[in-house]
Amino acid sequence: MINRPLLLILALGIGSPITAAADLRVVTTLPDLATVARAVGGGHIEVTSLARSTEDPHHVDARPSFIRELNRADILIHGGAELEIGWLPPLVRNARNANILNGRDGNIDASDGLTLLDVPTGPIDRSMGDVHPGGNPHYLLDPLNAKALANALAERFARLDPSNASSYQSNSKKFGDAITARLEEWTRILEPHRDTRVISYHKSHDYFLERFELKSAGTIETKPGIEPSPAHITRLIESLRPAKVRLVLMEPFRSPRTPAYVAEALNASLLALPLFPGSTHPAETYLEWMDHLVTETDRALKAP
Amino acid sequence: MMISTRILPLPLALLAGTASLSAADAASIEQLQLELQRQHQNHQRQIEALENRIDALQSTDSDSSDSVDSRRPTDPIRLRRGNIYMDIGLVGTLAAGGSTAGDIEGELQVGGHDPNQRGFTLQSLEANFAGAVDPYFRGNANLAFAIDSGGESFIEIEEAWLETFSLPANLQLRAGQYLTEFGRINTQHLHSWAFVDAPIVNARLLGPDGLRNPGVRLSWLAPTPFYSELFLGIQNSHGETAASFRSEGGHHHGDEDEADEPPFAFRHAENDRGFRHLDDLLFSPRYALSFDIGDEQVLLIGASAAFGPNSSGEAGDTVTRIYGADVTWKWKPVDHSGGFPFVALQTEALLRRYEAGAFDWDENGDGLVDDGDIEDLDTGAPALLDGERLTDYGFYTQLLYGFRRGWVAGLRFDYADGDRADYERRNLAFNGEELGRDPARASRWRLSPNLTWYPTEFSKLRLQYNYDDRRGIGTDHSVWLQMEFVLGAHAAHTF
Repeated sequence: MINRPLLLILALGIGSPITAAADLRVVTTLPDLATVARAVGGGHIEVTSLARSTEDPHHVDARPSFIRELNRADILIHGGAELEIGWLPPLVRNARNANILNGRDGNIDASDGLTLLDVPTGPIDRSMGDVHPGGNPHYLLDPLNAKALANALAERFARLDPSNASSYQSNSKKFGDAITARLEEWTRILEPHRDTRVISYHKSHDYFLERFELKSAGTIETKPGIEPSPAHITRLIESLRPAKVRLVLMEPFRSPRTPAYVAEALNASLLALPLFPGSTHPAETYLEWMDHLVTETDRALKAP
Repeated sequence: MMISTRILPLPLALLAGTASLSAADAASIEQLQLELQRQHQNHQRQIEALENRIDALQSTDSDSSDSVDSRRPTDPIRLRRGNIYMDIGLVGTLAAGGSTAGDIEGELQVGGHDPNQRGFTLQSLEANFAGAVDPYFRGNANLAFAIDSGGESFIEIEEAWLETFSLPANLQLRAGQYLTEFGRINTQHLHSWAFVDAPIVNARLLGPDGLRNPGVRLSWLAPTPFYSELFLGIQNSHGETAASFRSEGGHHHGDEDEADEPPFAFRHAENDRGFRHLDDLLFSPRYALSFDIGDEQVLLIGASAAFGPNSSGEAGDTVTRIYGADVTWKWKPVDHSGGFPFVALQTEALLRRYEAGAFDWDENGDGLVDDGDIEDLDTGAPALLDGERLTDYGFYTQLLYGFRRGWVAGLRFDYADGDRADYERRNLAFNGEELGRDPARASRWRLSPNLTWYPTEFSKLRLQYNYDDRRGIGTDHSVWLQMEFVLGAHAAHTF
């Protein structure tokens, strides 16, 4: 009763090409991790990102197809810092893949060795909203963190695929050098806006603001993950009036209604800044994405 | 040292700038110089000491965030992922409301954790413990506490199992008490349900508390390009939580006065033949496969079955076979915010073939109708029932629309029925009342619109209306308000 459809499925499975000719199969939870992995792995690895560039990374559906992706992976790169905690753990558990279990070489926590912002120091509980005990997980918005990650990935890829070790090392160096070079240019572009006050909807863009020395003057959310009430918005606007906020940042997946209202009231520009590479065009690289973020921010801050 | 040499030239320069110097002046300058040097050395030592202390403090600080040992016995226990070995969660579900029906517990509301009375019901207080046991196994336990309509508290071990992390050949083994892998609802806990109550067909055919028992489950993730998984469960087939199998029927919590009701199939199911050979276990195969349709849609299809003996009648050779099919479809746009908006459709259809064994109500052989016996009105003697095969079926379909962040509107249609059996055509009576259709198998349907608000992922508020239509009993209206809170670890969402 069960056997016939099963055989059919098996026949289908064996008949179709599953593996492309890559030396390492890499699955990342988030699209930004995927772009850094691609930069380091080049043609030697095949990269799949589970979350899509345009979606809210906190609430990704744990699609059954992800189990199969993880089942075939040599390496899983995840953000750590509990961003994916609502959907990743059961997928990894059911993947039946020893390579990617916690503590194995194939399980890479991209936040390892990075200094995260907003790591809570005192006791926390959920009345404070969705506070990530590991710190702010949106750290790849700082290009220097991407550079550090590329180094770590090259080292790990080389360990798992020694035959291409030199290629991973040289790719990582190339990526790091490009970051260093571009960072000078990005800093030059945003230099005139130094210390300009910016608010964001969620603490999504703090690393970007910190790197380019823009001043974060707060968030529209009352608490992380908690939607603000109209009364809170009114109070927020009143308290921010003297601060001369020039820019309101939001993620593209949010409704612009509240942020637009706040921006209007504060006479600031509103900018939807993509949280991940790939939202302007599917093959966007990390550098293209950061270029986009910098020029968009510059443009919005120059607006009268 | 560095500081002293850097700072010293300044006062010296000032002094040098003054008028000509006497010998006494020179001596006092030298004294001053020495004094200054001494003071700076002191300062330097103090600064170094302070720096060392700061370093020491910082290192103990980072230690304390990594280890559990820094806890003092008087500290409150805080659960935080990453530095404890077990996730502990507690989910409390409370319902309030009422119904036009007088027979709520076990009759109108067939699920074991449904609201069971007018007023308030503590549907469940569920404790979940989960974590990695060692590099090879993961452990999980769910204990549910609840209070029945009589005010009696009870505890259920819903699940308690260990599961392998990485067997070879894409296999996974689970062993312990577990919810049988049958369809969708059966493996989910109350707090994952999109409605206040259990679907009628699930409660009827798989049991008020669902189908679960101790056993093992082997599953195999097929190496197909899409997700497809085959499960085979082997469990004990007896007990309250195997209602259609070697169980005394779908007992309900708080239903102590079952004598008011004729038993299922109008005969006792107390002939538990025990475990003699492998056939006496409960076997439950399931096959599930899933496809992504573009970037925004997911389809999951499954076929399930459960085979095992039942304890109906007197011969002890009767079996039950249950078959199920389920379809789940979900749409969620690629630019969703916080998981909203979405549309999800879920349907399960079940069919049960239950062999009812022959049964003679004249259990003491005196030919007289004793108290609690079913009487054959044609002969005036205790009923003598033939063995026969009962067919029951039903389905539910639920549609959910998450229309804005935190808000979900739902609509569910429930239907359950059973083919009229020979014993239901007989002219029988129980406690002086004529029997007709078996109430546990008669046709009924229900329509349930509801609205749920999730202030966060850790709490919810749900308002549901049920329109019930039971053949032979009539229609009823019920309104239930459900409240839920999650403390501690919140298990991640599976699809």
